[in-house]
Order: sequence, then C-alpha cells, then structure tokens
Amino acid sequence: MTAAERPLLSVERLQTHFHTRAGVVKAVDGVDLTLRRGEILGLVGESGSGKSITGFSILGLIDPPGRISGGRIGFDGRDLVTLPEAERRRLRGKDIAMIFQDPSMTLNPVLRIDTQMIEAVQAHEKISRQAALRRARDVLVAVGIPSPDERLQAYPFELSGGMRQRIAIAIAMINRPRLIIADEPTTALDVSIQGQIIHEVKALCRQTGTALIWITHDLAVVAGLADRIAVMYAGRVVETGTTAEVIRNPQHPYTQGLIASVPSRETRGHRLYQIPGMTPSLLNLPPGCAFSARCAHATETCRTAPELTETGAGRAFRCWHPVGDRR
Amino acid sequence: MTQPILELRGLTKTFVKPVSVAGHIANLFGARQKKVEVRAAAGVDLAVLPGEVVGIVGESGCGKSTVARMLAGISSRTEGDILWKGVSDRAMTADQKRDFALQVQMIFQDPFASLNPRMQVLDIIGEAPVCHGIIPASEKRAYVTALMEKVGLSGAYADRFPHQFSGGQRQRIGIARALAVKPKLIICDEAVAALDVSIQAQVLNLFMDLRDEFGLTYLFISHNLGVVEHISDRVVIMYLGRVVEIAPTEALFSDPNHPYTRLLMEQLPVLEPGARDYQPIRGELPSPLAPPPGCPFHPRCPAATARCRAEAPALRPIAADRLSACHLNDRTAV
Ligand SMILES: Nc1ncnc2c1ncn2[C@@H]1O[C@H](COP(=O)(O)OP(=O)(O)OP(=O)(O)O)[C@@H](O)[C@H]1O
Ligand SMILES: Nc1ncnc2c1ncn2[C@@H]1O[C@H](COP(=O)(O)OP(=O)(O)O)[C@@H](O)[C@H]1O
Ligand code: SF4
Ligand code: SF4
Ligand SMILES: [Mg+2]
Ligand SMILES: [Mg+2]
Repeated sequence: MTAAERPLLSVERLQTHFHTRAGVVKAVDGVDLTLRRGEILGLVGESGSGKSITGFSILGLIDPPGRISGGRIGFDGRDLVTLPEAERRRLRGKDIAMIFQDPSMTLNPVLRIDTQMIEAVQAHEKISRQAALRRARDVLVAVGIPSPDERLQAYPFELSGGMRQRIAIAIAMINRPRLIIADEPTTALDVSIQGQIIHEVKALCRQTGTALIWITHDLAVVAGLADRIAVMYAGRVVETGTTAEVIRNPQHPYTQGLIASVPSRETRGHRLYQIPGMTPSLLNLPPGCAFSARCAHATETCRTAPELTETGAGRAFRCWHPVGDRR
Repeated sequence: MTQPILELRGLTKTFVKPVSVAGHIANLFGARQKKVEVRAAAGVDLAVLPGEVVGIVGESGCGKSTVARMLAGISSRTEGDILWKGVSDRAMTADQKRDFALQVQMIFQDPFASLNPRMQVLDIIGEAPVCHGIIPASEKRAYVTALMEKVGLSGAYADRFPHQFSGGQRQRIGIARALAVKPKLIICDEAVAALDVSIQAQVLNLFMDLRDEFGLTYLFISHNLGVVEHISDRVVIMYLGRVVEIAPTEALFSDPNHPYTRLLMEQLPVLEPGARDYQPIRGELPSPLAPPPGCPFHPRCPAATARCRAEAPALRPIAADRLSACHLNDRTAV
C-alpha cells in the first residue's frame, strides 16, 4: 500500500480497561475504526458507551487505573500504542488535536488569549512571536471570530461560551493538524451557535484536508456533518457505514432504536419510541451480545458475541439478526 | 374565553452586576472591569392557558431562565406583574400566596446539582408535602413510594442517595419531587438537555403521561428546537430579554414570521443525511450589557432598514393567536 492509499487512522481491536476496586471496567473493548485523510466520522452512542475513552486512547491521554490493554492504533503508518511518550507528546497538539466539551479544558483562565495561542504554536515550532501571533489571528478569522484583534487581547471570562469554544477550536487548528478529535464540543451550546460552529469546522476540514472525529450522543447533529458514522454500544462499535446508509438503512437494532427516539415534527402528538431497559453496567455485561437484554430480536444465538459482519467497503455491523435479514 | 392560569405583564429584571472575583483578578493584570447593569428580561408579556404546553426558545443568555426563576419565586422582579388564576401576586392573600408557591414547581437542567447529595430520596421527595401539610408524616413512605413508581422508579430505592442513580433516574427524582406538592404548572428549564436521546425519550413521554393524568400545564424551556416542536402546543421565541414571536407550534414551524425565528428554524438539526448548507446567523448575540438601539435584532437581521435602527418594534397581533415584533409586518398590515 502506498502512503496515499493507506488510511490516516486505523484503530484495530482497541481495548482500554480500568482496573478499579469494584472490578475491571472494560470501557473500550474491541473498537475498530478507520479514517481516511480529510474524512469526517461521527462517533455516536449513549453516555458511558466509551466514546470519550476511545478519543483519549488515540491521544494517549489514559491515566491509571486505566490502561490500553490490547489492539493497535495505526496513525500514518506508526502504532501509537507502542510509541514512546516523548514522541506521542510531539504528535499531540501538532498532528492530532482535541476539542473538549468544556473549553476550559483547553483555555487557561488567567492568561490572555494571545499568550495562549502563541504558546500553542511555539510549543511545536521554532518561530518568532510575531509570526505566531499572525498565525493566531489568521486562524481566529478562519473560525469566524469577529474583531479578532480585540479577542486576542481578552481573557477567557470576558467571552461568551460560544466564543470560548470557538477559540478552543482555533487553538486545535492552529498547527494544521491532520486529525482532530472533537468530544461533544457543541452539546452545551445552543442551536444557532452549534449550527455556526459545525458549519465552520466542516468548511475548515474540507479546505485543509484535516480528518475529524466528531463525538456526540445526538445523531441529528452529525447527520449533516459526517461522511461516515460509527455507532458505539458498551465499549464496541456495533455499526458503521456512510451517514446516508446508517441513517436510512440501519442494520443494528440499537441504531434503529436511536433513530426512532429522536423527537421531531413527525413525532408530534405521539409517544416517542423508547429503547427498553437500561444501559448495562460495564462491570457485568451479559454474555454474548451486550444489547441482548434490551433487544426485541434476541434469540439463543445471541448468547454468543456476534462478530463484525462486513457487507461492503466500510459498511459493517455486529448483530446475528440484522434488520435487513428480517424484511 | 378560558381564563389564563398564568399571565405575565411587562415582566422585567435588571441585574446590577458588580465586578466579579475573576474580574478583580483580571484588573490586576490590566483588564478594565466595571460595575454594569444587565437587562435580562425586558417587558415580557405572556398568557398561558390551563393544560397548555408552552415552549420557550432562544439563544443562551436571552433571559429564559430569568423569567422562569421570577415565576417560581426563586428570584425577585424589577418591574411588572405576575397573575395566577387572574390574581396579581401583589394582591394575593397569605393563603393565595402559599397556593401559588406550591402550585408552580420547577425542574432543572442538571439533575445532579439540583438534588441534595446528602439526602435520601425518601426525604428529597417527601419533605415538602409533609412540611406543607399535604400528607401526614406517617404516610410519607407510602406516598413517596407511590410517586416513585409513577415516574418509573422502583419504590425499593427510596432509601438510596442521588449518586446511586443514573442521569435519567435522577431527573425522574426531580420530577417526583416537583409532583409531590400537587402542582398545576411545571416549569422545565432545559430539563432534558443533559440526557441522551434514549433517556430523553423516556422523560418526554413521562411528561406527556403526567399531563394527561394530572391536567398539568407546562412551560418548557429548551434550546433544542426538535424537542420543542415535539412537545409544545405554542412556542415563545425570545431574543435579548424580549419576546419577539408567539405562535401555535405548527404555524410557527411551517410559517415563521419574525426574521430571527426564520433564521433559528434553519439551524434545526434534522435526521437527514447529506450536506445541509447552513446559512449561519451572522455574528454573535450582542451583549445584553449594551443592547443595540431600535430593534434589538437589527445588527444581525438580513431585512433591517433605517427605521429598525431607530425604533423598537412592539409585539403585536399578526393573525389569529399569533404575535410578532417586527416592523416588516406594518407593510403587509391592512
Ligand atoms: N445573577 C445575575 N447577575 C448578573 N447577570 C445575570 C444574572 N443572572 C443572569 N444574568 C444575565 O442575564 C441574562 C439572561 O440570563 P438567563 O440565565 O435568563 O439566560 P437563559 O436564556 O436562561 O440562557 P441559557 O440558555 O444559557 O440558560 C444573561 O445575559 C446573564 O448573563
Ligand atoms: N477513570 C475511570 N475509572 C473507571 N471507569 C472509568 C473511568 N473513566 C471512564 N470510565 C468508564 O468508562 C466507560 C466509558 O466512558 P466514556 O468513554 O467517558 O463514555 P462516553 O461514551 O460517555 O464518552 C464508562 O462506563 C465510564 O464510567
Ligand atoms: S445480536 Fe441478537 S441481541 Fe444483539 S442486537 Fe443482534 S439480534 Fe439483538
Ligand atoms: S424590526 Fe427590522 S431589524 Fe427587527 S427583525 Fe424586523 S426587519 Fe429585522
Ligand atoms: Mg464522553
Ligand atoms: Mg438558562
């Protein structure tokens, strides 16, 4: 395979486990993901399904009692799991950047925005203060921040939540990374700001060829953003495919349930569909398919964990009785 | 005509914002923070009919929670009137005041922060009804257990503490606590915002079941237009402390009148794959510290004229059951 054909990111059978007093929490337990250059992937799933831990694992941000206990994370031909920490630190913020749900994870409250942005550039590149400042200004303009010169001189608390999140995004983009992992960055913001930010991030990724993983629990948010979607449940990817395929033609019963429970114009005056039961504890998952206790189609067979079934390039699901078979 | 259960007339709240601790620190570094006035709600008028679900929508900081908190008696008002069943709260007898306070209950966004972590669910739900003489102390456990089952929690969990529940379950505890004093009106301030879609569906269904069973009225504050469209009978759109449009849900979503409402509708995330070309609302919400003169929306409005920059439009009827505050309606008016 030539470098151009090789995927930018290929996560294979990743396992990240937390060794707690109550037992081993298998937060990520066999996740597979592939991402090409410039591609946008929506990583969707309910709270606790392992989305953030997947993102943190790729960035090498797992702290004890957590540990990557298996699998590999291929990034541009290298395995991040076995990469020495010093090299990983060089990648972080340079080739791979993260945007957190809470911009205060990125922004230091007592430093001016310009100081923080210049620092972010100079940490990875020998470049003058002036040149770094110029780049900071350019990237603020690129993420749609009005009067960037004033904002550069502001402290984080002087800005609204939406503005702070945009600055965090600008900092993530400042070193022109090849991959950005965005963990629910608009969940706390309202629709109009969310719409703007999604619009801007998408345009920027297209322009610069940056690949993006957008983590969210809301399928509607990624429907208009992502090229492909991966649905996580209890530490595994249970379905993946192009956005159109996953939303129009879901194969896994969990994906189908997620789509049916979104409130909209069509659901007005009706009860919403509820996925029965509750998220299982990761400490004692049922044997076999983790969704079986909530699944209307579960059979004896489902007591054995379903393997990933591939039905086409980049289209796969983990279920013994996919929706298509039941038609 | 049915008498509104709740009416707001010119409800206004002005905060005098002293320099914050962070501001003081920043001042040491050369920032220039001063004491300022914020008009969080500016003359809000609204009438709510019994049994209605009224959605309130608007960008962060537009004053939704401020209005809710004045209604729930959590915060004082600067000006204006609140009428409960036709009686202004300034003219209420002591009994009427107590009734009003109990009959309007609020459910908050963060189901964890709003529950006392050191209290058992039994007391979280049961304390207020005993204290207000709604039930005798001896019946507390039976009453709480019944309420818990009503909201889909096992009564066996009554002795547990909040941290032993999931987010969706904690939200149900908050709902049971609100129901315990037999309210007529429930204010939900972003009550499902923190929940996953699957749990959100459970809680929204529960709200509708309880409405049918107890004849409840809801004020439903949310920035999620999909949720508001699903649940509301009527929708109120707020912008910078003002109401800019009120309309029945279907009319509003199919034929929005105010330019701001129209732009909001375009932002609605929908479950439709494929590139949606956002025409993002230009610019940021202006600071409520320095609201623009004239129509507060004019700096971002694609249809703004000279008149909009000088004169604030009033909220006026534009059709049956519909109100909007925009000068454009003058041109089409008879
Ligand atoms: N205690 C306070 N002191 C000073 N200003 C305040 C206070 N509470 C609210 N404000 C200001 O009043 C305005 C309206 O706030 P409010 O909390 O009602 O907004 P909201 O519409 O509920 O927003 P969100 O969607 O973010 O919850 C904001 O500009 C806010 O900063
Ligand atoms: N430090 C930790 N110790 C133990 N368990 C953890 C830790 N961090 C996360 N987990 C568990 O890992 C699972 C996945 O978490 P996360 O990836 O944050 O979920 P989400 O999909 O909501 O982002 C959850 O069950 C969570 O409780
Ligand atoms: S494998 Fe069986 S239990 Fe699991 S989702 Fe498919 S049908 Fe349901
Ligand atoms: S009054 Fe003028 S500025 Fe305000 S919304 Fe109407 S057209 Fe736009
Ligand atoms: Mg997370
Ligand atoms: Mg609020």
